[in-house]
Amino acid sequence: MTTATTTTTRRRRPPVPVLLLIPSVVFMTALFLWPLVVGIGQAFLGEDGPTLEFVRRMVDDPHFWPSVGNTLLLLVVLIPLQFAFALAMALLLRAKPRFSQVYFYLWVVPLAVSDLCAGLVWLAVFTDQGYLNSLLDLLGLPTYPWLSFASYPTMFLAVLVAELWRATSLVLVIVVAGMQSIPRDYEEAAEVFGATFWQRLRHVLLPQLRPSLQVALILRTILALQTFAVAQALTGRDFPLLVGETYQWYNLLQNPNVSAVLALVVLALSMGTAVVYLRVLRDRTSTEARP
Amino acid sequence: MTPADTPAPHKPARAGRGRGARWRAVGVQLACLAVTAFMFAPVYLVALAALSTPESLNRFPLSLLPTDVSVETMASFLTMGGVLPAFVNSLIVGVGTLVLSVLIGLPAGYALARYVFAGRDAYQLFMLLTRALPIVVLSVPLAQLFLTTGLYDTTYAVILLHTALALPTTVLITSAVFVGVPRDQEEAAQIFGATPVQAFVRVVLPQALPGIAAAGLFTFVTSWNEVLGAAILTLDRRTLPAQVLSTLGASPLTYRFAGGFALIVPALVFVALMRKYLLSMWGTTLR
Amino acid sequence: MADIIVSDLVKTHPGGRRPATDHISLHIPDGEFLVLVGPSGCGKTTLLRMVAGLETPDAGTIHIRGRDVTHLSARQRNVSMVFQSYAIFPHMRVRANIGFGLMLHKVPKDEINRRVARAAELLNLTDVLDRHPAQLSGGQRQRVAVARAIAVDADVLLMDEPLSNLDALLRLQFRSELKKIVNQLGTTTIYVTHDQAEAMSLGDRVAVLRDGRIAQIGPPIEVYDRPADQFVGGFLGSPPMNFLPATVESGAGQARVLVGTQRLAAPGQLTGFAGRPVSVGIRAENINVSDTARDGALAAQVEVVEPTGSAVLLTVQLDGIQLKVQTPPSFATQPGKPVWLTIDPKHMRFYDPDTALALEVAA
Repeated sequence: MTTATTTTTRRRRPPVPVLLLIPSVVFMTALFLWPLVVGIGQAFLGEDGPTLEFVRRMVDDPHFWPSVGNTLLLLVVLIPLQFAFALAMALLLRAKPRFSQVYFYLWVVPLAVSDLCAGLVWLAVFTDQGYLNSLLDLLGLPTYPWLSFASYPTMFLAVLVAELWRATSLVLVIVVAGMQSIPRDYEEAAEVFGATFWQRLRHVLLPQLRPSLQVALILRTILALQTFAVAQALTGRDFPLLVGETYQWYNLLQNPNVSAVLALVVLALSMGTAVVYLRVLRDRTSTEARP
Repeated sequence: MTPADTPAPHKPARAGRGRGARWRAVGVQLACLAVTAFMFAPVYLVALAALSTPESLNRFPLSLLPTDVSVETMASFLTMGGVLPAFVNSLIVGVGTLVLSVLIGLPAGYALARYVFAGRDAYQLFMLLTRALPIVVLSVPLAQLFLTTGLYDTTYAVILLHTALALPTTVLITSAVFVGVPRDQEEAAQIFGATPVQAFVRVVLPQALPGIAAAGLFTFVTSWNEVLGAAILTLDRRTLPAQVLSTLGASPLTYRFAGGFALIVPALVFVALMRKYLLSMWGTTLR
Repeated sequence: MADIIVSDLVKTHPGGRRPATDHISLHIPDGEFLVLVGPSGCGKTTLLRMVAGLETPDAGTIHIRGRDVTHLSARQRNVSMVFQSYAIFPHMRVRANIGFGLMLHKVPKDEINRRVARAAELLNLTDVLDRHPAQLSGGQRQRVAVARAIAVDADVLLMDEPLSNLDALLRLQFRSELKKIVNQLGTTTIYVTHDQAEAMSLGDRVAVLRDGRIAQIGPPIEVYDRPADQFVGGFLGSPPMNFLPATVESGAGQARVLVGTQRLAAPGQLTGFAGRPVSVGIRAENINVSDTARDGALAAQVEVVEPTGSAVLLTVQLDGIQLKVQTPPSFATQPGKPVWLTIDPKHMRFYDPDTALALEVAA
């Protein structure tokens, strides 16, 4: 009799968390897995069976390879810069200057800014008759068409600066939170034993920040892959990025199939970088400490 | 021993380079000011542009100081066709996303915070994967699905997409919030005669409410900022970012500056409101 | 009123290798104050939580006041509890905290007020009734937790290390207060602690737990004086009981034990164990020390001298064996000095060196 009651209560127990989770699982399956399957269908199924026609059309488009190149270039330059910049800012705050609270809040303002908004904000700076050229003119210096199609390096620079401005604050918050959980004792101990600033950074701070930076690195990279509205706002289609191309194919060229293929390319890149990161980070975990 | 003999271990070094420390403090201040200039100048400039008269924006060089302040540029932006409805759509979508994602995400967050069960790790991995999945991958096929179900070009479609986007973070945040309310308290409530639901409503919820509000606000901003999906899933019922994006190529510069300013204001309000939660939310929970 | 019968209770935590409680059976008569004591991980808290209804046993039953409550939820058991973390509700005022249980049981308002006032008075909380817990000191929060627990009319009062978060002075103060209050109430009480002094001073009976089993249960003095095994002797009492490896010798109708190279008179009943190795258990305060050689005394050397105020605690070396010895504060000695120890055979306890269990030596 006892065993009977035990089993009934046991059978009643597990459903509680399951019941609580079911709505979210159902919802996420419906809005993630299902579209994913449909998307793969859109990409590879033509009117008469499997086809690579959409892949071919995507590759043949003159904007495709530049957009791949731009996306990867932006990623490779932006991510290290963003983390280095955020780390430097966090170290400045850790030095406890006066007004550090005020600085912190001013620095995290871009936190809630969308990439479209960031693009428009920096458009006011970089556009031909914008504030940067106005400043140069006031200083008696020659102006420059920063966003001109003919000037690829400055176009890239503008997109980079805008993204750096927007995304650094996100990393900054992560680094500052990570640093808060590191007691100053360690650094002070290291200082007592004669470690220089760089030695303390390299051997004390960075290794302890590592866990908070790992996940951040992966998610930031994947988000950076999705950048497009910044470039759209600053340069139109002159500086094509992969996700921007998806939008172009869908909205302007009205071709959801090629658009779906492009989306899958973005997905593949995201997963690829995630895997690479996990490999690299895991290999170094025990010995090295570089974020 | 006199106090002078026993300073804190790091003090002697600092005292020995008093002048160095002062120069260092000055250097730090200068660096902080430089960073502040970079981080805040664009905000100032877009506000300046959006609040100057359209005529003054056609002049060159532009004034770097607010000399021609007026709401004319903003007013003409807001009265332009489609902008105000888009604004309203953005609000509807934002609030809808907030409500839906809290309704679905809160129970899941609670379950993660309170129960150990088979499949817990699998669920968390699933949520992490969905956070990492680019939204563009969903938007295109969802557009087709919504076309066949008649949801295309409605605010509901965008709400669903944005909820999918925000749900993993809502689950994470609410779970962290519930972890912050000690389980003991819930147990105490039950010992003293509360049903599980009573214990949740009377003891857990009042304490979790500020955190849940923060999660809701976060969700709202996520939705407010999302451009691509909203632009793909709608034609007429566009949200503000989608509206600005789709008319970008054909609109004058003043319109774009005003659009930038309109989009940045909620972000400023949001950061001000969320000051207390910035570090715990973005810093640790969401990293 | 309410007695508690625990029979054959088994619980293994998910992922746990050993059971947290391993076939524990207990009978707690009505009105008894039972203390569960043991090192961390011994299963005492798990046992308490199962009685509370916060955890479900894998097997076994719990009866309160003759009613099988094994599968009832906590709120159906009519128990009351003080949590280690206090678990008072930070968003409610002290008044609402104390009256929480009464409010849920739909007790009339003026009755609630009356009982809250009484509990508050008992615990010196009358002045802070309208404050929030954040405005209270740690000691006051502790009092709120106790007041909340005694305001309801529970069959059983459960306390999970309620004093462990207080500092030493407050703990001592509140301990006696708690004893007085619980005595007045007369409610059947189970009290969990890892602090042996608390267990000794509070309990009508003490149950010493180890690895999910009850090592010994009985009145505190009996458990202290006659530990059922070496673990209990080592766990209860400060300093812990000394255990000397020895061999029993007998001759001329007298029993003696050989400790190191020295001999010590032992109770005559021990002759039956002649030739066998034993472990001699002896409390520090039952060893007499002298700074002059005496017949039949064990010669030892002082290693450490620790005055505690009311006594002096010596660590002495006896043929390679370390002993703790308690002497009056007047006893003056120094490390390195020789001392002579005498032990009354009636204070000696004997244990099997292999099983660590007490040997049946009729005293």
